Amino acid sequence: MIQDSEKALRRKRIIHTIMFIILIVVFFCFIFPFILVVINVFKEKSDIIREPLSLIGAKKGFTLANFPEAMVKMNFWTVFGNSLIITVSATILTLLFSSMTAFVIVRNNWKACVLLFSAMIASMVIPFQVLMVPIVSLYGGIFNVMNHRITLILMHVGFSLSMATFMYHGAIHTNIPLELEEAALIDGCTRWQTFWKVVFPLLAPTTATVAIIDAMAFWNDYLLPSLVLREKNLYTIPIATQAFYGTYSSDLGLIMAALILAMLPILILYLFLQRYIVEGVTSGAVKG
Amino acid sequence: MNKNSMSYKTSQFLMFAGVSTVLFCGVVIIPFVYGLYLTFTSWDGVSRSKPFVGFANYAAAFADHDYWVALGRTLIYSAIAVILINIVAFLLAYMVTSGVKGQNFFRAGFFIPNLIGGIVLGYVWQFVFKRAFAALFGVSLLGTTGPNAMIALIIVSVWQYAGYMMLIYVAGFMSVSKSLMEAAQIDGCTTSQATWYVTVPLMRSSFVQCLFLSITRCFMVYDVNLSLTNGEPAGKSIMAAMHVYNQAFTYRNYGTGQAEALILFIVCAIVGVTQVYIGKKGEVAA
Repeated sequence: MIQDSEKALRRKRIIHTIMFIILIVVFFCFIFPFILVVINVFKEKSDIIREPLSLIGAKKGFTLANFPEAMVKMNFWTVFGNSLIITVSATILTLLFSSMTAFVIVRNNWKACVLLFSAMIASMVIPFQVLMVPIVSLYGGIFNVMNHRITLILMHVGFSLSMATFMYHGAIHTNIPLELEEAALIDGCTRWQTFWKVVFPLLAPTTATVAIIDAMAFWNDYLLPSLVLREKNLYTIPIATQAFYGTYSSDLGLIMAALILAMLPILILYLFLQRYIVEGVTSGAVKG
Repeated sequence: MNKNSMSYKTSQFLMFAGVSTVLFCGVVIIPFVYGLYLTFTSWDGVSRSKPFVGFANYAAAFADHDYWVALGRTLIYSAIAVILINIVAFLLAYMVTSGVKGQNFFRAGFFIPNLIGGIVLGYVWQFVFKRAFAALFGVSLLGTTGPNAMIALIIVSVWQYAGYMMLIYVAGFMSVSKSLMEAAQIDGCTTSQATWYVTVPLMRSSFVQCLFLSITRCFMVYDVNLSLTNGEPAGKSIMAAMHVYNQAFTYRNYGTGQAEALILFIVCAIVGVTQVYIGKKGEVAA
């Protein structure tokens, strides 16, 4: 018996070592494209074309010149600011409106609530491609409200509401005891105060999950922003990358710098919030 | 105030859900219905008049050879990509929940591609396939033949989504109680038998969810398609979503484009819902 368990232990250790090696190899494959971009951003164009895999440029050597040039040509700070404003405001508005909506839907079985919730659930299967032509026709042609950041923000919110409401719905339904709200109501709170002072703070884990999932989606979205924002000074990072590539596609050094600039903000954020993001997505999976 | 009165209910509903209702209807419900109307018109994108043409757009969509080729291509691409994504994701999830050293690091690492948008990813990989492949193997994977471009798209999709699906499978693995695994092992199962016969059947909902997510995402692929291949060579890697976009916004056949988008949506919904229905039917209660 003792021998047996020793044997099993050794077997387990061998399996773990094999798995570890496989994981390292797969991990390298996963980050290989990023490494390639990073080593080439410090080279001149001619060196990139000649030897894309070498660590340092053979002829012209190490250079930092790609970054400042790409930053100016991409209009980086304006573009970054646009992305930031749009992502932050759209995420906050989504959190506020979806949690409130979920609250009123869970606690009342009025016809309007049931109707709204079923419509939201059903709408989750509708892909954006089905809505893009009518949206351009309605808001570009009839109402003429395109080319405003606020239009894009409100559209982002409208699209993400159903999923966010659904997640808050589950959280309120299972985690918030009704007695708590009744106690608050007896103590003289209005419904509005009860929600903000008692219920919303208790929903913090769901709020974190929804915020992470939606913020990533808003930051990276290309199709909707490219249809709404057609002026250069309103571009977000994905649109600017696309436009930049179209203009400078032959200038590989600049392209590398632009790609790094486009990836850097979210990778830095990930470095600090990595644990929360992974946990948020994992717990979002259980709820969804 | 009477809590059952209509005015109380209305004011409460509007206070909590008023803005949401307006925004949700404004960007989802109204455009959806309006889109149905657009499929019966021949709007050119500029003029105010939208002449009513009956079913002409649907007839045009069914006669559009390129559209059906693109749709067939999307089906093949989705089938291969979905299978590969889920196999890779499941194996990775198995390995990063087995107690191997540094598993949190690996979980975080495999998720990185999901942080970055499809446009940027496509360009990063375009560089890899064109320059690094040329340096390593002497040939570029892009800009040569249609099947090569499709292989490139599949590789990028697997790379892009495997980490995300892995996290869903990880959640599935963790939701199955350890004691069940131990009980099976006491009864004489090996670790792999216990995983295969006890844990995996209990993770059915994770499979349903991952398949649904990967099917819908692959079906609607656009960003990566645009930046990685842009339909090249000679339109041989244009997926259905890109065809719809071009039909509407490049060739300005808005009505036909919308009709084709609707057909694409119906195909995708049928595949997705059937999959969920079959998956849920045999679900084992834990």
